[in-house]
Amino acid sequence: MSFPWAKHYEPKHPLMQWVDQRLPLPRLVYNAVGAGYPVPRNLNYFWNFGVLAGAALGIQIITGIVLAMHYAANGMVAFDSVEHIMRDVNSGWLLRYAHANGASMFFIVVYLHIFRGLFYGSYKAPREMVWLLGLVIFLLMMATAFMGYVLPWGQMSFWGAKVITGLFGAIPLVGPTIQTWLLGGFAPDDAALNRFFSLHYLLPFVIAAVIILHIWSLHIPGSSNPTGVEVKGPQDTVPFHPYYTAKDGFGLGVFLIIFALMLFFAPNMLGHPDNYIPANPLSTPAHIVPEWYFWPFYAILRAFTVDIFGIPAKLLGVIAMFGSIILLFFLPWLDNSPVRSGNYRPRFKQFFWILVVDVLILGYCGGAPAEEPYVMISQVAAAYYFAHFLIVLPLLAKLERPLPLPGSITEAVLSGHSGSTLSTNTNSAPSAPATH
Amino acid sequence: MVTGEHAVAPQEELPGGEGARRRDFINIAAVSVAGVGAATVLYPLITQMNPSADVLALASIDVDISAIAEGQAIKTIFRKQPLFIRHLTKKEIAEAEKVPLSELRDPQTLTERTKEGHKQWLITMGVCTHLGCVPLGAGEGEARGVFGGYFCPCHGSSYDTAARIRKGPAPKNLEVPEYSFTSDTVVKVG
Repeated sequence: MSFPWAKHYEPKHPLMQWVDQRLPLPRLVYNAVGAGYPVPRNLNYFWNFGVLAGAALGIQIITGIVLAMHYAANGMVAFDSVEHIMRDVNSGWLLRYAHANGASMFFIVVYLHIFRGLFYGSYKAPREMVWLLGLVIFLLMMATAFMGYVLPWGQMSFWGAKVITGLFGAIPLVGPTIQTWLLGGFAPDDAALNRFFSLHYLLPFVIAAVIILHIWSLHIPGSSNPTGVEVKGPQDTVPFHPYYTAKDGFGLGVFLIIFALMLFFAPNMLGHPDNYIPANPLSTPAHIVPEWYFWPFYAILRAFTVDIFGIPAKLLGVIAMFGSIILLFFLPWLDNSPVRSGNYRPRFKQFFWILVVDVLILGYCGGAPAEEPYVMISQVAAAYYFAHFLIVLPLLAKLERPLPLPGSITEAVLSGHSGSTLSTNTNSAPSAPATH
Repeated sequence: MVTGEHAVAPQEELPGGEGARRRDFINIAAVSVAGVGAATVLYPLITQMNPSADVLALASIDVDISAIAEGQAIKTIFRKQPLFIRHLTKKEIAEAEKVPLSELRDPQTLTERTKEGHKQWLITMGVCTHLGCVPLGAGEGEARGVFGGYFCPCHGSSYDTAARIRKGPAPKNLEVPEYSFTSDTVVKVG
């Protein structure tokens, strides 16, 4: 679906006409990411991150396929084969650093993409399915990243695998059976390493498939925009190509510069030295931490230190950690405010930034050792995280008085500042965006 | 196939809806067979992930404990996981025995966790019951935590001198594997 004023694909060349009649793939591309997709004219640079996430996935798939040509998934040789890639394989060091840092870049971009959605209310009707599919992609990304980190078979790989599969061991009654089933043994070994490699290779393609669904569901209502006001006419949109291909291209350039700086000047900045020690089942590293992108969730896991109502602390931590993501699936129904954009919700805006700081604090504590004061800070920060979604957002939707919305995207653009009240807006009370 | 199509006439032409019932029966039967078939195919796909025979093969091990002096402990490997064998001192035994069971998260006495006549030999898995790290305390000079037993560096669980959980997130005591004394100095684990 698209807006009625969307440009139509009209192939000029006889060959393209011939193809279009038999397999309208160029037409599909034209309508999806070409001139045939009308996009709100007021998107800011925060709307770059979807395309950047796609680029990051592409980098991961390409470098990953190449690395798999040199890697061997066997406990005896896995660590050595990674060192072989680093020292012997032509350009191997570059490809492996690109893959390892590419994962970090992927998560940075996706976290910005998610917080963009949180601020501008992109998860609200009619785009709930876009949000839900995005969360599915996020979960798949985390599974893929975790299994990828196990493959070098260093100390952090091994102990990370043990701790994370241990999470499933916390499930009452069937936990230990599930853990043994996941690992194919009583501790991480060849069986686990091989299946992780197999799934690590598979899941990125599953992610690519879900991304197609994500974009498909986005293109039904069309992209949201910084005002949160729906598109009302042709004057509110511009064609995706060339306007946003150019804007995204610029963003991609900036992304690649930052990526290259990390890659060439600080390739181990976000890694752990312990992972350059071969896996040793008899010695636990003094300080086990996952990769930085899991730290906020790791902090929530560790925030539970005492049993509550007879439920073991370990199980509570696991429930809270998974709950912190499952919770986001309910967000479109927890935040009932008809106003999407945080720009028109003064109180929401303040709480949004508190949430950002809260997640950063959780991240910091998740990377810190499991001792005071970090445990207590994690407990407070984890409590706020849940309170934000379960208490603050539903209450704000009821109590907050939003600012008046602009009459249309064009009106907001022409006034020069999208966040302020507009004299031409005749609505005295804030109203829901009108187009549905 | 062809004969089947001829045999079952369109349902409205048959008296009493008999044809419809026959069709339903065939439909349910076919879907059921397909369902059972799918489940049968699914089973090997799922169970292949369980530990294979070589992993399961009960490698029982014999450990000579004659060289472990009082107060010392050793780490060895049992089923690819660390095993702690600790020679408790009289003081450690006394400490473990004076703790009231009501204070314990996973109540067990030292006697229940050791073999009769071998109370000084504490044999447990070296796998923290929280998330599976190897606790410190078996090696020379390693931290033993506030209760003098084992200390898990991952999330700060402390075990006492009977390897019972006393503090931190772990829910259970360190697991005591199946073992027996084949002589006074040799233990058969597994």
